[in-house]
Amino acid sequence: MPRRVALEGSHAVSEAVRMADVDVIAAYPITPQTHIVERLAEMVANGELDAEFICVESEHSAMSAVVGAAACGARVFTCTAGQGLELMHEVLFVPSAMRLPVVAVIANRALSAPLNVWGDHSDVMAIRDCGWIQMFAENAQQAFDLTLCAYKVAERPDVLLPAMVHIDGFHVSHVVEPVLLPEEETVREFLPPSEYPFPLDPDRPVSMGCYGPPYIYTEVKKAQEVAIENSYEKVLETFKEFKDVFGREYRPVETYRVEDADMLLLMMGSYAETAMLAIDALRERGDNVGLVRLRLWRPFPAEELRNVLRGVKAVCVFERAISFGMGGPLCAEVRAALYHLPEGERPKVVSFVGGLGGRDVSVEEFEAMLRRAKERVSSDELEGFEFVGLRE
Amino acid sequence: MRGELSWKELEVGAIVTEPGNAAEYRTGDWRSERPVRKQELCIMCGNCYIYCPEGCIVLKEGRYETDLYYCKGCGICANECPKGAIEMVEEGK
Ligand code: SF4
Ligand code: SF4
Repeated sequence: MPRRVALEGSHAVSEAVRMADVDVIAAYPITPQTHIVERLAEMVANGELDAEFICVESEHSAMSAVVGAAACGARVFTCTAGQGLELMHEVLFVPSAMRLPVVAVIANRALSAPLNVWGDHSDVMAIRDCGWIQMFAENAQQAFDLTLCAYKVAERPDVLLPAMVHIDGFHVSHVVEPVLLPEEETVREFLPPSEYPFPLDPDRPVSMGCYGPPYIYTEVKKAQEVAIENSYEKVLETFKEFKDVFGREYRPVETYRVEDADMLLLMMGSYAETAMLAIDALRERGDNVGLVRLRLWRPFPAEELRNVLRGVKAVCVFERAISFGMGGPLCAEVRAALYHLPEGERPKVVSFVGGLGGRDVSVEEFEAMLRRAKERVSSDELEGFEFVGLRE
Repeated sequence: MRGELSWKELEVGAIVTEPGNAAEYRTGDWRSERPVRKQELCIMCGNCYIYCPEGCIVLKEGRYETDLYYCKGCGICANECPKGAIEMVEEGK
């Protein structure tokens, strides 16, 4: 029987990692990720988890250490946030190209300057193209569940890609919520020991991460791109297997009250839970609005997104990051996905940016944003983006 | 196989499972000039053989020849030849 316990989002992740019975953890503490590794270090010290905990001197080393361990066939874990993810940046591209099933959880945090330890998605967008499978959890239960899903999909012999779970710094990492914890036995059955096909082994020598001169680099990148494209179906299968065992259902694109909506709010991360309240309030007043959340960020679920957004009058994209000089990066991808829909089926898209550096966005602000979105759509002010909650 | 692999033939993660295959790497694909040896001038002193940084000058049936799969056209052999037996000729000519 699953137990219902009160857990901080961070500790829900630590529990998932413990139940996944990882072999090697390497991490460097950084706010707001610290509680995850702190608890894991405790578990290892107390003998509750039989794993190597490598205390490294930086996030660059943390990622390097888990890449090495994964190459030996170990099940590995690391996690970081903000500046730490940036320090990892260089090494992030290695396990995806070497096809090592590393799993990482990122407690999303704003990037300096100014120094800010609070949450937003600047760190995510800066590593967008690193080739990992990336998912967004919006509460502690999802943080637990998607961490298990990350291992399940990453280690599939027909996937073998690193997977990353994003949780909003503080809004998920530091909030205590009720979490349904399954029996360890059930998790062990869901996640049997990984069987990486080419573990470093003196009896079966292989060379990994070789030099790839111009005559082969393009072919390697093509193979990598095909691998992550193909992983989409495997993510779907993983979500289905997860539902069969644990009962909770995930989709690459999840919806809330989208029936007959003529305006859909689209976003990623925990602010979607606040946005739901705004949708409820607006619906009550007769506004046909709904909510779309991307659970899967990479591979980008373009087809499923088109199916959800096709024929809707307008989409309002809210995001917690800016691509300076371009606008909202999530909005750009949503627009690109819709570009080839025929006229008449293609929604108008307006872009809003907010929740930067940990700034809250209230239910009322979401309501106001949707009203403003409506105005922008009817007056055709579709270019650029507007800030939410900005003092002029 | 002196390998021009397609992307489908690559092992997962471009892992190399056959050791010692560096010999397949064509170092001669960016040469702009190639050495041409006039065998009638060659006195078999072996200077070119010793100085070639690629080690791609080989003895074949008692004469020195250049393996152009590896020769990167640096011209050291031509420079070191005491008899001026090696001429560097522009590729494509
Ligand atoms: S040109 Fe350079 S690489 Fe080619 S044979 Fe001469 S010395 Fe060797
Ligand atoms: S250096 Fe010149 S003479 Fe000597 S072996 Fe080579 S080609 Fe012949």
